[in-house]
Amino acid sequence: MYVLRRLPSLLATLFAVSLLTFLMTSLLPGDPALQILGAENATPEAIAAVRADLGLDDPLPVRYLHWIGDALTGDFGRSYRTNEPVSEAIIDRLPVTAEIGILAIIIALLVAIPVGMLSAYRAGTRTDKLISSTSFGLLAVPNFMVAIFLILIFAVWLGVLPATGWVNFTDNPVQNLRSALLPALSLAIAEMAVYTRLLRTDMIGTLQQDFVTMARVKGVSNRRILFRHALRPSSFSLMTVAGVQVGAIIGGSVVIETLFALPGVGRLLLEAVLVRDLLMVQGVALVIAVSYVVVNFTVDILYSYLDPRISHGRSAARV
Amino acid sequence: MSTPVPNLGAPHPGATSELAVSDGLIAETTEVAAAPGKKKKRGYGLTFWMATVWLVVVLICAVFANLLPVRDPLTPDVINKLALPGEAGLLGTDGLGRDTLARLVHGARVSVTISVTAVAIGMVVGGFLGIISGFFRGKTETILMTIINIILAFPALVLLLVLLAFVGRSLVVISLIVGFLSIPIYTRVARATTLAVAEREFVRASRTMGAKNSRVLAREILPNVVLPVAAFGLVAMGVVIVLEGTLAFLGLSVQQPAPTWGGMIFDGKRYLNEAPHVVLIPSIAMFLTVLSLNLVGDALRTRFDVRGSNL
Repeated sequence: MYVLRRLPSLLATLFAVSLLTFLMTSLLPGDPALQILGAENATPEAIAAVRADLGLDDPLPVRYLHWIGDALTGDFGRSYRTNEPVSEAIIDRLPVTAEIGILAIIIALLVAIPVGMLSAYRAGTRTDKLISSTSFGLLAVPNFMVAIFLILIFAVWLGVLPATGWVNFTDNPVQNLRSALLPALSLAIAEMAVYTRLLRTDMIGTLQQDFVTMARVKGVSNRRILFRHALRPSSFSLMTVAGVQVGAIIGGSVVIETLFALPGVGRLLLEAVLVRDLLMVQGVALVIAVSYVVVNFTVDILYSYLDPRISHGRSAARV
Repeated sequence: MSTPVPNLGAPHPGATSELAVSDGLIAETTEVAAAPGKKKKRGYGLTFWMATVWLVVVLICAVFANLLPVRDPLTPDVINKLALPGEAGLLGTDGLGRDTLARLVHGARVSVTISVTAVAIGMVVGGFLGIISGFFRGKTETILMTIINIILAFPALVLLLVLLAFVGRSLVVISLIVGFLSIPIYTRVARATTLAVAEREFVRASRTMGAKNSRVLAREILPNVVLPVAAFGLVAMGVVIVLEGTLAFLGLSVQQPAPTWGGMIFDGKRYLNEAPHVVLIPSIAMFLTVLSLNLVGDALRTRFDVRGSNL
């Protein structure tokens, strides 16, 4: 089975990702012991004691095994700064980032699928050119710019949506959606453009295929051809890229959460990075990287189920 | 019933741009571009040249920022703060009364330095690795691509943040780190292109005539890989410029008061209510630059696509 065949490679990637996270944060300069104690209390003895306590004097492989062993049981240690357990901090903030990210992907797909199909269906016409050049232009607009202009329009001028702040879904679902809308939209705009262009290209290819001509000859309606016959075979690269783009959304959430002052994982990472909170950075980076890998693995699996033509065997022919 | 006739007369330039990262997909989409009935357009069109002119202007600003007749970008002039374009200076002033035009011109320097350095590093190192792995295949390729896939498993911004926070944030450091982080992407693009080129007839012909690996690499592969990778590099330059803006937003770019476009947008955000033009002007500059890079990069990519129809 394809899932089983891919499993070793997934595990290997996860291992490598954890190792990279660990090395990246451990080999960089800066002594955590000094941070915990603060400059005034940092006598050499105190530093030595703290270092021993944290196991910082152990050889790197031992430290890695300790860290990853604890991480596997959900214990990422405690923040050097606030003494808050890292895992709790992440669990607290994960729903915010997840909600915004998922909302952004949904908005982007809801717009991109019909628009991309329309563009392909009317390829070469004025409609198509308008859609194509608009999406091309949108690719050049960074998400923070989108965010600023959305704030300007909806919060400053119209005053209909809040510019900053977050309301939990459990507290007030309507307010929650209102506070999530602008951030999600900021992330969605660029994705929209990417998806639209991709779907258009693939759809144009599909519409030229024999089975579409066949369906047309049989008198199948345009709507049915587009949605029932052409959409599925045109959506494979869209899916793959949507998976890859989750990385862009995660990266974007760092900026967007900072701009809108949302309590999400992105901002948690940024704050931890700014104060060099080593264990927090390690924990958050690991969670982000692992979720990204798992998302792309899932997309890969889905892909093989959706497209029966693909056997996922060896790579293509060699010379 | 009107029958939809998918017209492929002119595939939109850069229809493959989003796919450049994923080699498996490139082949799929370029087939579309190579569809029958395609007439090769010789000229580049007006937009292409407008974009090129804008890029040249930005480049001149960056190189000759000190010689151009603009005011000092750091001198505050509180009386004239938040002036509209034309009121004080050609493009107005920011929240401290500093001249916007001067700051744009000097900010171009940061954007250009970071993007050119980063792209150069990524292109040279990544291109080299990609060609090697795409040409020799085998174990080298497996190992290299595994490492690269692992690095790519991190969202780039996350990796960048972590590195920057611990290493520092001077112009040089930022350029180097961004360049280093972009190596994997170029490796994949160069490898994908090499794989396609290596299958071509002239490579086989060269082999048949007894050419050694080194000669095939230098005379047949390299010239055909450089241009597509360079075209990708132009688009990537836009990504780097946006990245600098993002860093400025996070307070991690080149330190204030040195003007950067991202920093200008970030500063101007405070005056969004009273003076939106303070944000608007640097935003437009950044948008036009990134758009131009995309336009030029995509036009060149379409032209240099090795699997074009005229074989």
